[in-house]
Amino acid sequence: MKKTSVAELVSTHPLLAGLPGDAVDQVAGCAFNVAFGPGDLLLAEGEPADTLFLLRRGRVAVEINSPGRGPIVIETVGPGATVGWSWLFPPYRWHFDARALDTVGAIAVDGACLRAKADADHALAHMLLERVAAVLLDRLQATRVRVLDLYGVDRDR
Amino acid sequence: MTADVTVASGTELTSGRLQPTSPVVPVPHRVVARRHETGDVTTLWLAPLTGEPMAFRCGQFNMLTAFGVGEAAISVSSTQRESGALQHTVRDVGAVTHALCHAQIGDIVGVRGPFGTDWGTADDGAIESGDVVVVAGGIGLAPLRGAADEVVHRGGSGRGRVFVIVGAREPGQIIFGEDLEAWADAGARVMVTVDVSQPGWKGHVGLVTARLSEADFDPVGASALVCGPEIMMRLTARALVDRGVDASRIRVTLERNMQCGVAWCGHCQLGPFLLCRDGPIVPYGGVVSHLLNERER
Repeated sequence: MKKTSVAELVSTHPLLAGLPGDAVDQVAGCAFNVAFGPGDLLLAEGEPADTLFLLRRGRVAVEINSPGRGPIVIETVGPGATVGWSWLFPPYRWHFDARALDTVGAIAVDGACLRAKADADHALAHMLLERVAAVLLDRLQATRVRVLDLYGVDRDR
Repeated sequence: MTADVTVASGTELTSGRLQPTSPVVPVPHRVVARRHETGDVTTLWLAPLTGEPMAFRCGQFNMLTAFGVGEAAISVSSTQRESGALQHTVRDVGAVTHALCHAQIGDIVGVRGPFGTDWGTADDGAIESGDVVVVAGGIGLAPLRGAADEVVHRGGSGRGRVFVIVGAREPGQIIFGEDLEAWADAGARVMVTVDVSQPGWKGHVGLVTARLSEADFDPVGASALVCGPEIMMRLTARALVDRGVDASRIRVTLERNMQCGVAWCGHCQLGPFLLCRDGPIVPYGGVVSHLLNERER
């Protein structure tokens, strides 16, 4: 069976698909394959934020732990999605937990490595930020709609 | 108001019951079964006191009368494969629906209809080929139940795949769970998501539009049936158009103040439509896409 390189995996992930080859190579230079079992934490609230996860298979729950109640799931994401944005900006600390709901395969991109390459190559930085911003906008808009509680009990009263 | 009535024959005559024929006169039906679906949603099975249950097309609605309280427009939630009493799934959001939700077996409810347009999923309907994407939000699955069942079980060549995407506020408010499982067993891809998770929920959390992006339907020739809160329908319809689905093949529901049910009174007018006659199911393309964005003054 043909072994797929990290660069090929990076180039086919929706976040980075269509990037020029040299940009893909730069990202791939910071990336490696990871796998998680059901229940494993990809990242934990309060811990240093150092990784961007590009999901290839499996589902991940973004959650926050509530004392006495346990984890509260805020959102679930699946293949093609991305997990982990706090490595982008100081203080580089995770704000939520992210837990594998089943067997998860992902490309992990070292955040510090990617930041350093972006600092040195502003064209790469622009391309990455453009794509990252689009995903963040999509997530923000979805969150805003959910705050509306469209299906809520009192909506029609 | 006077209404045309005919005296039914046979047992109806000896029992002295009258069978109204005017569309504005409710036909008495008996509640023969009821099921509490979720916290504020109840399904009633209604059988006419005399004669056979009315024929309907999936997506049409009836005006249900809670005698002494008033009338409300409620979609038929039966499937065409079910015979017998007609099902109506009612959410308790006001005086009439509160009375209907609390109707007990043996109680009498008035029924006028069926009225309005349908989803086009019958064999002679507008949906002939291609993938079908059914998107329901909250109790919006009730008007879609019959149509979803129809497309899942239809035969013939050129039929595409069926995707049923359901959003609910929380896991406890997902209705028709048995149907969702049955449709999945019959080959449909069923995708459920909730806005707010609860302990023990292992499914998805997020908007229906997020699940829509995961559905690998072929937009070329695809049809979409969308029912739910208008904001949800608007966002879903836009997402479908962005995916490449022809706006004229997206059907949404528009509901306003339905009263007469036969386009006489004008209470349900929205733009060029009298929705009790021209709706509730309308194609998203053209004027409807503008109406869904119209700011009411």
